[in-house]
Amino acid sequence: MTKNIHITRETLSIDACRSLIAAPKNGGECFFVGTVRNVTKGERVEKLVFEAYEPMAIKEMHKIADTTLLNYEASTVVIHHRIGELHIGEIPVIIAVGAPHRDAAFKACRFAIDTLKETVPIWKKEFLESGEVWVSAHP
Amino acid sequence: MKVLAFGITKDILGKSEIQLRDFEGQTVGDLRSYLRNKHREFDQLNSLAIAVNEEYAQDHATLNESDVVALIPPVSGG
Repeated sequence: MTKNIHITRETLSIDACRSLIAAPKNGGECFFVGTVRNVTKGERVEKLVFEAYEPMAIKEMHKIADTTLLNYEASTVVIHHRIGELHIGEIPVIIAVGAPHRDAAFKACRFAIDTLKETVPIWKKEFLESGEVWVSAHP
Repeated sequence: MKVLAFGITKDILGKSEIQLRDFEGQTVGDLRSYLRNKHREFDQLNSLAIAVNEEYAQDHATLNESDVVALIPPVSGG
């Protein structure tokens, strides 16, 4: 499979992503696994809630996968994002890239996660001790 | 015209969807100005992108009554 894009409310699986990028021509696989951190700007985080504009988010994730395959020597790309309520240590996002060589795998993975954070319409709300805040909304 | 609100824009509008009339032939920029005049909180956001029919739209793009518009405050996925 060349690319696989998924948004779900279920737990994400690194093993599932790995099986989706497997290809005989791959000499390396690179994964970015996002995890929910317990502190933000010095304040304790209770949980995060992710919300997506799903049809558009899927389209933007496909664009990222297409650009990744076109501009880097990656052979397979998987982008899975979880939405809903997540707690400390849980996984909101997995990027998995398979490529013939490691340099391409690292660069492709980095491009995909960096671009996802800029273009994909998904939002997270932090639940802190002092209240709730939409991340990055205000200066 | 249907306008969907996400993230903090949902809090600003107080709902996740509104219907706007009389925007046929106006631009995305006109819609942006209308929203800013009505809700000053939009001025305080880091950014506000507007999508038309699930694609990011420029301010000069023209709107149609049948469009589905989405308000996209700063995204924070990942």
